[in-house]
Amino acid sequence: MLSALIGGALIGASASLYWTFNGRIAGISGILSGALLNDGQERWVRLMFLLGLFAAGVGFALFTNRVPAPTLPLLPLALAGLLVGFGTRMSGGCTSGHGVCGLSRLSVRSLVAVLTFMVAAALTVFAVRHMLKLWVPS
Amino acid sequence: MKARLIALGCGLLFGVGLCVSGMSDPRNIIAFLDVSGTWSPNLAGVMFGAIAVHASWLRFRAPRNPVNAQGSVPANGKRIDSALVGGAALFGVGWGLAGYCPGPAIVALGSGALGAFVFVAAMAVGMLLSEGTKWTIERSGKPSAIPR
Repeated sequence: MLSALIGGALIGASASLYWTFNGRIAGISGILSGALLNDGQERWVRLMFLLGLFAAGVGFALFTNRVPAPTLPLLPLALAGLLVGFGTRMSGGCTSGHGVCGLSRLSVRSLVAVLTFMVAAALTVFAVRHMLKLWVPS
Repeated sequence: MKARLIALGCGLLFGVGLCVSGMSDPRNIIAFLDVSGTWSPNLAGVMFGAIAVHASWLRFRAPRNPVNAQGSVPANGKRIDSALVGGAALFGVGWGLAGYCPGPAIVALGSGALGAFVFVAAMAVGMLLSEGTKWTIERSGKPSAIPR
């Protein structure tokens, strides 16, 4: 639990610095779609944020030799990716934009979004793992 | 140039936070969402830590007008519409299936796992499809909202 709190604090520090020095919300779904749709400086700033995330992943893989591998086959994984991409841009945020940043700003919209995606995700896990008994890790 | 360096540093810090907290591993996400299985409270701890730091910063330390304020700053609107709830529900289903939300998925690319690349590619397609749609469901019925 301590590592969760420390990791969370680092994420909160990142969101605070990004807001203070770049005047932007550190919401990853918005940063990714912004990198896809903008050009010039607006694209570059977002690409650099994404590069930082990626570099952290490379470092983690090198130092810990642990691969945070997905737990399901590629086809359902692609379907999940489509849903995450479509849904986050439809509702205007993900776990970081609505979750970390929106809740920190006491946004009512973000609170509704967070409660909705938490419940939908928990119901999905229950349906998939316990009712259909699919992709249960051994 | 400065904005790009800050973005790189913030992305790195964010990613390190995800790795340190274990949230870059989809199994830990599923473990939190699996309320009736072997539930793990860690994701709540990560959210608590992140919100405690960021909310305190916004409340006590952040300047009223941040440097380079230019990005899309949400107006903290109160309008709860079907796009907000429906989109969040779709995101939740995908999140529950894979255990990846956008941040950890980008971090997972760094591990070189094929599944992460498939997920991120599909996520990008989903984003482009969604951004191509105007999610102004409540407003679309009012002719006054359309500029003439």
